[in-house]
Amino acid sequence: MTGMASETPAGDLRLANLTKRFGIFTAVDDLSLTIPQGSFFALLGASGCGKTTTLRMIAGLEEPTSGQVLLGDRDIARLRPYKRPINTVFQSYALFPHLTIFENVAFGLRRRGIRSVDDEVTRMLSLVQLDGFGPRRPAQLSGGQQQRVALARALINQPQVLLLDEPLGALDLKLRRQMQIELKRIQTEVGITFVHVTHDQEEAMTMADTVAVMNAGRIEQLGAPADIYEFPATAFVANFLGQSNLLAGEAAGTSGGEVAVTAHGARFSVPAGRSRADRGPVHLGVRPEKLHLVGSADQVPAGHQHVTGVVSDASYVGVSTQYLLRTGWGTELSVFAANSGTSARVPVGSEAVAYWDPRHAFLLPRDAADTDRTAPVLDEPVGASS
Amino acid sequence: MTLLAPTGSGQAPPAPPAARSGRHRLLPYLLLLPGAAWLLIFFGVPLVQLAAASLYDPGGSLSTGYALTWAFGNYPDVVQAYWPQFLRSFGYAGLALVLALLLGYPLAYAIAQKAGRWKNLLLVCVVAPMFTSFLVRTLAWKTILSDNGALVGLLRDVHLLAPDGRLLATPFAVVLGLTYNFLPFLVLPLYASLERLDYRLLEAATDLYASPVQAFRRVTLPLSMPGLVAGTLLFFIPASGDYINAELLGTPNEYMIGNVIDSAFLVRLDYPQGAALSFLLMAAILAVVFGYLRRAGTEEVL
Amino acid sequence: MRVSRWLADRWVMIVALLVLGYLALPILVVAGLSFNRPSSRLSYDFNEFTLDNWRQPCATSDMCDAVVRSVQIGFIATVVATVLGTLMAFALVRHRFRGRAGINVLIFLPMATPELVMGTSLLALFVSAGVPQGFWTIVIAHVMFCVSFVVVTVKARLAGMDRRLEEAAMDLYASEWQTFRRITLPLVLPGIVAAALLAFSLSFDDFIITNFNAGTTVTFPMYVWGAAQRGIPPQVNVIGTAMFAIALLLVGLSSLRGRRARRANLLAAAPAARPARRPS
Repeated sequence: MTGMASETPAGDLRLANLTKRFGIFTAVDDLSLTIPQGSFFALLGASGCGKTTTLRMIAGLEEPTSGQVLLGDRDIARLRPYKRPINTVFQSYALFPHLTIFENVAFGLRRRGIRSVDDEVTRMLSLVQLDGFGPRRPAQLSGGQQQRVALARALINQPQVLLLDEPLGALDLKLRRQMQIELKRIQTEVGITFVHVTHDQEEAMTMADTVAVMNAGRIEQLGAPADIYEFPATAFVANFLGQSNLLAGEAAGTSGGEVAVTAHGARFSVPAGRSRADRGPVHLGVRPEKLHLVGSADQVPAGHQHVTGVVSDASYVGVSTQYLLRTGWGTELSVFAANSGTSARVPVGSEAVAYWDPRHAFLLPRDAADTDRTAPVLDEPVGASS
Repeated sequence: MTLLAPTGSGQAPPAPPAARSGRHRLLPYLLLLPGAAWLLIFFGVPLVQLAAASLYDPGGSLSTGYALTWAFGNYPDVVQAYWPQFLRSFGYAGLALVLALLLGYPLAYAIAQKAGRWKNLLLVCVVAPMFTSFLVRTLAWKTILSDNGALVGLLRDVHLLAPDGRLLATPFAVVLGLTYNFLPFLVLPLYASLERLDYRLLEAATDLYASPVQAFRRVTLPLSMPGLVAGTLLFFIPASGDYINAELLGTPNEYMIGNVIDSAFLVRLDYPQGAALSFLLMAAILAVVFGYLRRAGTEEVL
Repeated sequence: MRVSRWLADRWVMIVALLVLGYLALPILVVAGLSFNRPSSRLSYDFNEFTLDNWRQPCATSDMCDAVVRSVQIGFIATVVATVLGTLMAFALVRHRFRGRAGINVLIFLPMATPELVMGTSLLALFVSAGVPQGFWTIVIAHVMFCVSFVVVTVKARLAGMDRRLEEAAMDLYASEWQTFRRITLPLVLPGIVAAALLAFSLSFDDFIITNFNAGTTVTFPMYVWGAAQRGIPPQVNVIGTAMFAIALLLVGLSSLRGRRARRANLLAAAPAARPARRPS
């Protein structure tokens, strides 16, 4: 067990051309990425996108078909899980039901031949605010308490990387919020690399300093949460992370720092810095909260671009009102208007104009066959998770 | 985007350690070997031996030895000699099965759906008879059905039984004994599948205008089918091969095929005949079982 | 009107209780007869109350020898069958291998074959191989028919076990062997114990297969069978009642333990919020 939990940090966790196939199904497809030491990294994706398989390969529970898992300069891809300085907080925790909380937390230390574990375990239990729970059994604890035991059980080993597999999925909303903050606090406190797998984009954005959006075994985009949200790399990301109105158009090249786009007979422009394509079929994207509704085109401020339509639906959801604007060519655009009290509500059936600042739009390459996309990929838009 | 830098590619990944995967491939066979060998040698081989013995020269004997003469004639011979016992075996077992279904279904249903907190206690009551010896329990029926017993006395008094009528040593006693002895085997699997039945399905059925009888026929019965099939087989197989009830509660007039096989092997020492009968019994049961499974359409029970 | 309504609601339960009575009746009779002084050896009727049978259960020494022999056979057969069956269950649940279907059939068939056929076929084997029948041929036969039941019982427990517990142990620096010792074995043990108890009761109570493979060795069921022709000593009922009482005691103790554990869990978990699934 050389190099385990050593004082000298091993460095970044790197995945190099990592591939995992189950029969003919490719779960993870030639994945390469670097997770800097000490970062809180989130792998975000829908179920079945390969994120859990990636995590299991890092943990050693699954052997890669090809590729490397490097911790510093050492390839650990083919080490047994108990030979890796990496610990996991499992989905639904996997606490040993026949052992007490104390023994669950002490398990890793004991397996490494450490005799006096009392102080360490007590310290760890108090870090996760479970002082005095040592003699109990896992079944006697609530979901949130079990979650914290799972965390303590992994952290006590001072791993170089902590893996979290949907760690909050089984908790109710309030507890989940609380644990998100708690996890973030602990990560800052212990300073080790956290790799967090989740399908909950809100959770990923709340906690992680870097998010990787995975789809079909590949990484679609990687970066800081705000950067990804403001300037998604693909149509999938644009609608998986939050919601976007994507209009199918044709770009006609850059001139004067602007990319000109024709969509549904109208002309628009997007700053070149926010364009990932400047020629051929493109998606012109605007987030619903970046759209503003006014009654007529002459109310649109200068320098803004607009689309006309009829309000087909208005849902009042408290902090905002969510409108659907049916355009002349039949697509329904989402418009979120904050209920800040500064604008009047627009009645359903009335004609309206949605306008936006071109600096808030973005341009993505598009498959020629692809049309407008306004619906989210998952039914969990930002800020609306129940 | 800077983080998404491809890292060191090009070199072939090291092959997985051969020793580990090699051991892993062999391990299941090592685990299976002793048990499977035991079953093969002491279950599989004997069946072949039994088949061979059924084709021995019927003229041989234990002292002079038997010769395998492929005497297929043994089969028609035993059928001709013992077809009444064969018919009786399946007749009694079938009759007992019908009785057991009538008694066992309400019992399993009541425990699964109506017993509430008494569920476990009632289950123990079903299993409890098996805690004591099969033979001792069967002998107890001899006392219960005895000519001097209270039951016979009562039945004679109310003229359900003639003044000299008997219960013991009648087909009734044998069928009653069979029903009693194998009832738990029917009830337990039936209970298991009725236990999983969601009572809200019945509520939904009644909500959709099903009378209690229709709800039972259209919902409960189809959903309990796997347990019903398994339980029926677990009841029928041992019941048709049983000879203890016929021996203890009946007379030679009630003898089933098991009694004949028992005496062929242990009293008359006529191995070819005993083996032929045994083999026929097995074949007949398999035929009944597979025919039944096909009709019931739940082959996954196997 | 009210009576018929009451009956309509409860007739299933009433029938069930009557059937349970039918199942319990012989046991009550056995218990009663254990206090009987029979009028003659061949009489099965209750004659006179006595405690003699319980005071001297071994008055007929053959019977007690047979009981001891049955216990010995049951013990050996249980140990062997439990070990063999547990290994097989592990292979079936934990490994992928060629020939799984064949192994499953091999395990299923002994449970679907009439005892009579198994007994006579083993007899045919032993006779043709010239193996003298006795204590050890009985053990061999008992192991054979117990193995399948052990496999099924342990398999169920093993299949219900969360694989992630073992992964978690490996993740926490437990080697394969340590994982087995510390996690797998303690969690599967209840299943193995249940399988062993089942095997013992099957072996102890077996008559048909034993009858064909016992030679001159007499087990308790064989003693009862022989005595049924010659006249049953009332002590047989003492053994029957005692067996029943012991088994009932075991069941009671285990359910009491289970209930205490459950109650402790309930008390501790009561104030805790139930983990809620988020809509997705």
